[in-house]
Amino acid sequence: MRKTSGAELPGGSRRGLLKCMLLGAAGGVLWTVGGGVPRAIELGGEALAATPPAPGDFSFAQISDTHIGFHGAANPDANGTLQQALTRIAQLPVRPAMMVHTGDVSHLSKPEEFDTAQQLLKGAGLDIHFIPGEHDTLVDDGKPFFERFGAKSGTGGWYSFDQGGVHFVALVNVLNLRPGGLGYLGPEQLAWMRSDLKERSASTPIVVLAHMPLWSVSPDWGCGTDDAAEAVSYLNRFGSVTVLNGHIHQVIQKVEGGVTFRTAMSTAFPQAAPGTPGASPGPLKVPTERLRTLLGVRQIDFVVDKPAPVINDTRLES
Amino acid sequence: MSKFPCAIGGASLALWTAAALLLWPLADAGRPAAAMDHAMMGHDASAPTAKTAAAAANEVVIDDFRFGPAALTVAVGTKVTWVNDDSDPHTVTSEADPKLLKSPPLDTGESFAFTFDKPGTYRYFCSIHPHMQGVVIVQ
Repeated sequence: MRKTSGAELPGGSRRGLLKCMLLGAAGGVLWTVGGGVPRAIELGGEALAATPPAPGDFSFAQISDTHIGFHGAANPDANGTLQQALTRIAQLPVRPAMMVHTGDVSHLSKPEEFDTAQQLLKGAGLDIHFIPGEHDTLVDDGKPFFERFGAKSGTGGWYSFDQGGVHFVALVNVLNLRPGGLGYLGPEQLAWMRSDLKERSASTPIVVLAHMPLWSVSPDWGCGTDDAAEAVSYLNRFGSVTVLNGHIHQVIQKVEGGVTFRTAMSTAFPQAAPGTPGASPGPLKVPTERLRTLLGVRQIDFVVDKPAPVINDTRLES
Repeated sequence: MSKFPCAIGGASLALWTAAALLLWPLADAGRPAAAMDHAMMGHDASAPTAKTAAAAANEVVIDDFRFGPAALTVAVGTKVTWVNDDSDPHTVTSEADPKLLKSPPLDTGESFAFTFDKPGTYRYFCSIHPHMQGVVIVQ
């Protein structure tokens, strides 16, 4: 069977998962242990049927930078690669409770692009929590985006919610961008975030969603957030903080104390490493057979009694 | 002021193939790109190298996430045209209010024009990629 992130189940020994492939004549059985109880999953057909998480565990998926409406040479079929990404998510070994989209849903903020994205994403069969990227807020301060994907309450599009014992903070750092600047949160959003986190116990796992990286990946390429330091200062007292970003179409991780920042792959097209001399920050064309090895999705697993999640990135093709 | 990685031209091809492209699958910030696993070789040459945009008179070419020329001086009454030759959408947006320059998002190949009736210094930026900045000086 083709190796995907399922072949290295999240967490390894930290999760206490046992992995034992017993391939019989009729197919295969994958054993997992969650919460001390072994469970067998039938391997059938092409898709591995996802099992629900063990009691007390919580798993969700991340998808990013789908750029629906993009038709450039780097990928003439962004719709197709999104569908392939959703298939990957359906094949994750543990069924995610929901999905987050870390922005650049569309390429040009056009209504038909948002509509197509909405239709395609329905195929995931999951609740999806969205934040916009700068490609989603090109017109009208992001009104077409927020109408379709915005939180039901709140002013500037930011919001928070709790699920699986985890507190999620969804930020918007792609509006009101200032000349010569990077991403921007703004004082109103920062005040909201500070207040939102104030009463939370330091042992609550926190997941922060923001499209542009919340650390300075490459100032030359405009890759960072001007006022992220203030936001991070509200997070430092928590034992487990995971910041999930998009924007750069590749995985880069930075760990700063208890805060792990991790950017994500796109489902649409790859980009050069930020700051690469002589390179453009835009879509990068690679040989066709390599494209899908550079696109992917992510699963994030919180295991009972372990505050830090396990993060698994899966490419569309190996 | 934004500093963009310099255009180095043809001699940079070796540098490009060695250092460019992607970090896979996981990288710590600060590790140089060359140390990454699975560095991609860009010898299909479709990765853009810097171009010297040959802008026509009174024209600004947008390419490689830059306005070229970044500073343009014109006479009062001149119509200036911005053309997006880049692979990403960009806008032309005045930095200060009133936002005289406020283009829609320009996809590849699209253009935007504005006629400057009054002398002055008109700073603008791309509202999508705000580190891209330019100025039109009208005399």
